[in-house]
Amino acid sequence: MSACFDEMKGHDGGVRPPYDELARWLKEVPPDVLDYRRREAELLFRRIGITFAVYGEADSTERLIPFDVIPRIISGNEWRLLEKGLTQRVKALNMFIKDIYGAREILRAGVIPDDLIFRNPAFRPEMSGQSVPHDIYVHIAGIDIVRVDADTFYVLEDNARTPSGVSYMLENREIMMRLFPELFSRHRIAPVENYPDELLATLKSVAPLTAGSDPNVALLTPGVFNSAYYEHSFLADKLGVELVEGRDLLVKNEIVYMRTTQGLKRVDVIYRRIDDDFIDPLTFRPDSILGLPGLMSAYQAGNVTLANAVGTGIADDKAVYSYMPAVVKFYLDEEPILKNVPTWRCREPEHLAYVLDHLPELVVKEVHGSGGYGMLIGPTASKIAIEQFRAKLKTAPTNFIAQPTLALSTCPTCVEAGVAPRHVDLRPFVLSGSDRTRIVPGGLTRVALKEGSLVVNSSQGGGTKDTWVLDG
Amino acid sequence: MRIRISHATTYHYDMPPNGVTQLLRLTPRNHDGQYVVNWRIDLSQDCLLHQHEDAFGNITHSFTADGPFDHLAITVCGEVEMQDTHGFVKGAVERFPPALYLRETDLTLPDAAIVEFSEAARAEAGAGASALSVMHQLLANVHGEIAFDTTPTQTATTAAEAFKLKRGVCQDLTHVFIAAARQLGVPARYIGGHFYRADGVTAQDAGHAWAEVYIEDYGWIGFDPTNAICPTDAHVRIAAGLDYLGASPVRGTRYGGHGETLTVAVNVDQASQQSQSQSQS
Repeated sequence: MSACFDEMKGHDGGVRPPYDELARWLKEVPPDVLDYRRREAELLFRRIGITFAVYGEADSTERLIPFDVIPRIISGNEWRLLEKGLTQRVKALNMFIKDIYGAREILRAGVIPDDLIFRNPAFRPEMSGQSVPHDIYVHIAGIDIVRVDADTFYVLEDNARTPSGVSYMLENREIMMRLFPELFSRHRIAPVENYPDELLATLKSVAPLTAGSDPNVALLTPGVFNSAYYEHSFLADKLGVELVEGRDLLVKNEIVYMRTTQGLKRVDVIYRRIDDDFIDPLTFRPDSILGLPGLMSAYQAGNVTLANAVGTGIADDKAVYSYMPAVVKFYLDEEPILKNVPTWRCREPEHLAYVLDHLPELVVKEVHGSGGYGMLIGPTASKIAIEQFRAKLKTAPTNFIAQPTLALSTCPTCVEAGVAPRHVDLRPFVLSGSDRTRIVPGGLTRVALKEGSLVVNSSQGGGTKDTWVLDG
Repeated sequence: MRIRISHATTYHYDMPPNGVTQLLRLTPRNHDGQYVVNWRIDLSQDCLLHQHEDAFGNITHSFTADGPFDHLAITVCGEVEMQDTHGFVKGAVERFPPALYLRETDLTLPDAAIVEFSEAARAEAGAGASALSVMHQLLANVHGEIAFDTTPTQTATTAAEAFKLKRGVCQDLTHVFIAAARQLGVPARYIGGHFYRADGVTAQDAGHAWAEVYIEDYGWIGFDPTNAICPTDAHVRIAAGLDYLGASPVRGTRYGGHGETLTVAVNVDQASQQSQSQSQS
């Protein structure tokens, strides 16, 4: 893995300009000071109580996500390119989702095969022919980006369902400012603290026409047992909106109300962190007790906005992802600014044959998977694991895609033995309102803490870093 | 013939609820061979009924009734003029291309046994048999394999579970038929409706259900595995969906209260006969 691009040292070992100050500082700072600050950071995170849950582990419902104190730095020029690419991509995503629930032009043009959409569990036939306020479906998108050299960024996946992680972006910045004020005084770093304001402005901008001048926004959570509950309560608090569960709401004559101590109060926009399946037992899973019965009727009547819209998960499908360059061209008639990772769709026999022949070199993922669960990383997998995966692939090829193993960029990271390069990715959050698109500079950087590991997901032992976009 | 239908869904509560929210799919639409003469929905509680069309083209009504009340009755009645189209469904509201109806749902997911069962029907129909012949074979096989029995299954029973039990109601037979048809690559959908019985029994405990499949060059064709026939002028089509849940007549929830008992009374009769007998008396 020595060939991979280090964001501080590049390929040749010299320091890249955005990291000048940081490199100097890292040289100056005594190791025990760095270690002390690291422990202090951990203490702060514990005190704040920022935790997450890992599904499938018996005894720990909540755990601390590791935080690395060395920031990841992106230059102003690099960010401007990313920003342009992200805006373009999310615009195309919105047009795509509107189209597949509307005129289905992209299917008629033969750009995407019918069955990939129609037989996809993430496609919601119930949304077909229904309009949503302001025609916006993906209000909050988390686009995962990886970098392989100085100029090349790839989109690794699109998260258009309910992207999480923004609370870490905000907390990381707050803690860094507290622990390393001297570093902040040496850099001009674009702020991220305004994210809650930007999110609230976005949510209010997409209120239905029936709402008053100051729309009422609520955050709908599945409750304390959800892995991202901390984030739900954190965001509701920062946004200054009510954190509600299904039982706090009710639908009357196709209008959504919230029970308050002063009686019922109308809700115009629901920032929902509940999956489609559970959101309304009268339309989706009848056994769901998390959602709000009748919500879909209110939604279809145009009396409430759901952010994100129901059915946006279709864009998270990794086989659908593989068509994104064509999707961008189809709707915008532009070349995609951000590249897609070359992807083999195992649903296609030629692709499958290639994948089966090259398993030890490839990364194989489930099309509906997320969080790093259920994937194979060929180069690091054992022979047995590869053979087991081969069998899975042969039984249900449509469930998988494969990609080359990318040499993800690395960033300097605090580890047991001092400071060493570790692989990172980036999840910027793109907000689409009826007025404009808003992107807070940076996003959440995730880091694979194990040497050589390419898996950055927190559920698989990844950590996070503060992400600095330099002004100018 | 003209068919008169009344369909009453009544809830009784030991402890009255504070409110009830429901979504109804109880209203038929016109298509070739089916003309709605009159139709009405009555609720025992005063409330607004909001009418919409769902994504599949079904007419829906939603309402919220404020409690407390000790019972809630939803009654629909009306007359529909029917003609036999030999199972062909034309002129219906179609919002999706047939390809959508290959979609699997939780209730219609085929297991290994259903896969084997569907392959057997294909083999039995003979080499080179048309899709239509295979569907007729499947119709006979489902009817023969699964005995009509109202005891062992309920609304949440899946096709695979019913197939294992070898018993079930029209919903179960229809789910098995749909699961097998889709497995064979034939788009299939669930139809909820009413059935006029030729044997003179007009009072029924529930509505009826059957399947429709899409055959290239013919279009949508109905298959009623409970009766082992293609629908005739005795089948009044109310709602279509991917499975029972998408076409179910009443989906609802209640706030507060408990001790709910549900009774369903359906009456399907020939309107002309009834008026004749009335005029004779």
